[in-house]
Amino acid sequence: MNWLDHLPALMLAVPLFGAFIAPLTAWGGKGLRNAWFLLVSVVFSVLAILLWSRVGAAGPLIYVMGGQGWNIALPSGISIPVRILMEIDAFSAFMVLLGAVASLAGAVFSVAYMDRFSGMEKFVALYFLMVTGMFGMEVTGDFFNFFVFLEISSVASFGLVAFWRDRGEALEAAFKYMLVSSLGAMMVLLAVAFLYSRYNVVNMATLGKVIEWGMVEKTALVLFLTALAMKCGSVPMHMWMPDAYAEAPAGVTCALIAVSQASLYGLFRVCFTIYGAFMGSPVIPWVIIILGILSMFIGVSMAVIQKEVGRLIAYHSVSQVGYMLLGFGVGLLALGDARAMADYGFTALKGGVFHIVNYTMYKGLLFLAAGALFYATGSRNLNEMGGLARRMPKTMVLFMIAAAAIAGLPPFNGFVSKLLIYESSFAVHPILAVFAMVTSVLTLASFVKIFQTAFLGPELKKFAGVKEVPGAMLVGMTVLAVAIIGLSLFPTWSLNNLVEPAAKALMDQTSYIGAVFAAAATGGGL
Amino acid sequence: MNPLSVVARTVCNLFAWFLAIFGIYVIVHGHLTPGGGFQGGAVVATFMAFLLVAHGGEKMQSWVRKDRFTLMECFGLTLFISAGLLGMSKTFFFNFLAKAGGVFGGVLPIGPNAGALNTSGTIALMNLSVGIEVVGGLSMILLYMFSAAHPQEPMGREESGHDR
Amino acid sequence: MIGNFPYLVVGILFVMGFIGLVFERNLVKIAIAMSVIEAATNLFIITLGYRTGGSIPVWTMAGGGSSRMVLPTPQALTLTAIVIGLATTALMLSFIMMIYRHYGSLDVRDIRRLRG
Repeated sequence: MNWLDHLPALMLAVPLFGAFIAPLTAWGGKGLRNAWFLLVSVVFSVLAILLWSRVGAAGPLIYVMGGQGWNIALPSGISIPVRILMEIDAFSAFMVLLGAVASLAGAVFSVAYMDRFSGMEKFVALYFLMVTGMFGMEVTGDFFNFFVFLEISSVASFGLVAFWRDRGEALEAAFKYMLVSSLGAMMVLLAVAFLYSRYNVVNMATLGKVIEWGMVEKTALVLFLTALAMKCGSVPMHMWMPDAYAEAPAGVTCALIAVSQASLYGLFRVCFTIYGAFMGSPVIPWVIIILGILSMFIGVSMAVIQKEVGRLIAYHSVSQVGYMLLGFGVGLLALGDARAMADYGFTALKGGVFHIVNYTMYKGLLFLAAGALFYATGSRNLNEMGGLARRMPKTMVLFMIAAAAIAGLPPFNGFVSKLLIYESSFAVHPILAVFAMVTSVLTLASFVKIFQTAFLGPELKKFAGVKEVPGAMLVGMTVLAVAIIGLSLFPTWSLNNLVEPAAKALMDQTSYIGAVFAAAATGGGL
Repeated sequence: MNPLSVVARTVCNLFAWFLAIFGIYVIVHGHLTPGGGFQGGAVVATFMAFLLVAHGGEKMQSWVRKDRFTLMECFGLTLFISAGLLGMSKTFFFNFLAKAGGVFGGVLPIGPNAGALNTSGTIALMNLSVGIEVVGGLSMILLYMFSAAHPQEPMGREESGHDR
Repeated sequence: MIGNFPYLVVGILFVMGFIGLVFERNLVKIAIAMSVIEAATNLFIITLGYRTGGSIPVWTMAGGGSSRMVLPTPQALTLTAIVIGLATTALMLSFIMMIYRHYGSLDVRDIRRLRG
């Protein structure tokens, strides 16, 4: 028995175990707690890399919780999977990997950033619970567990957003986030119930196999789309996003981005894997495209007028989510039409997938840099800052890397993914590409603004005592900066090895379904 | 929150124990009857709610210590995840205690029967651990909510260090 | 017709909860509306689990081999959803308490420091 077979379960068990032990570290002092925080984060990051490489080599993995063997999806005489099943294809593994990297960076950053606050053992426990929820959403093979993990990550993140509970604004942001999120989760549950009422299963692969196109399925799809678009911060319900992202501690925001990407993952898992072949009508793809365009444009125009660093960057998150929705929407539009898929659909999917990883990395780094500015100066307001370039040169360089990447300046990774999205959406309709480019220009403008106000200009007297932030925070930021530079320097490698398998897995409905049923054939009965 | 009258306090003192015992019954019979760890744990936690209402919060806070409940919660959850990890020779959460003899591993005859308490392997163990966790967690929620609802009381020392 | 009655109740509850969530101004009432939505969802799943003539899926109480036991998945789903609902409600009420301490009001119109 190879222990690597248990990777999917370990992916959940390790952060969960970390969360449960964390409150006990309060008795061991600060050093023990920080050591535990870092140890568990490093362990799950290593596991995520192993899982990703294993999926890349062996194709979709399944794991049966509590079964006689990890691959016995269908015990003898049963035609649908009855146990708790986890299924990881290349897209899931990709999301797990980047979620783990973002969480690791957030954890390393938080060790120094949150050092002066009490109640940190609870912070660590909540952080790991949030990470567990995120991994769970990405590796699970059935919808009910998707709901459960969605709620785990949401409830933990409400607590983390409101961690500075002596700030009224943080509580307000957490409450808003909570309302949107709870309503979204209930909608997901309703959609699961609708599908269950029709097919008596909640397993994703089985549903993908048996699903037909009818009224119940349409209702479920609309509920899924509404709920998950709400959760990932698309436009009509985006208002929780700037509040929660700006008010949460910076390390948390970095992981929170990956968590909201998990909702996006759920949305595309539903659209591509469950409904896939039945998405013949172009209504849903166009809805996603229009949501994407609106998110891009409204997000960026709200960002330009912000004065707080955190809120400004958070509004850019809304606009960046728009890019991904646009990319995936175009890909969805081409699904089921082989020629369109080869023409522009696959490019759009690649762009969307690549933009997910780029967005998570550079947005995480931007939030960490904003956190570092706040840590050093104690101010959130851009108008009060200035001349920090000499005081905080390392933070400035890291911020510059992230800002260049998000604005899509040519050598950086943001440029590649944006180019793929422009190219493919131009093939659908030129106006889409125009919107995307205008958004990109406005993004550049507002990051030039932050950079210029915060770092350039004459040194201010009140910041004379400002020092560079502690080493752990710089290390946390460097993790993400290295990822960005790596993705930028080796775009071909990352496109071929990271992005393309994930995009292919998303298109390939049959192998996702086949993994469960083929394993049953080879794994045999009980 | 002020203490209730002496009659109410005496009745609560008496019946709280019945609640606790019923809750424990629900927890340990989780694998045989409807209910289980969460439901039983919630019933046991009403023990705390009863005493909190009857005796008022000040007295209650001097009787119990919140970190004990944290400990209980962590212990229950760790037991739960360990039960899962110990089944790792086959799969995560594999029921390795079933039919193995001992406290949890009794074997039942096939067919309708009354059931036996010492069966079901890790299921009973997990009910127990979830029960412990829920008792700790819900009691802590009740106590914290009480102390947050009365701002004139000093907050617990371990929570007061937020300097922003 | 009478078989569809539970679904009607679910629909009415959900819509009532949603209206409460959108139009109520008191935070506690918003929390209640959220709970009503949760209750509607749970009721919906429980209703789906009903099968005419089925018996409870407890082996020792099923009463002989002749009766058919229902699949307990919806009940399991509902229990899990209730547990999660409890956590969410407890956290929501705690937030409301702390918001009241910061803003001195439960009216959503007063709690608007974050805007724009």
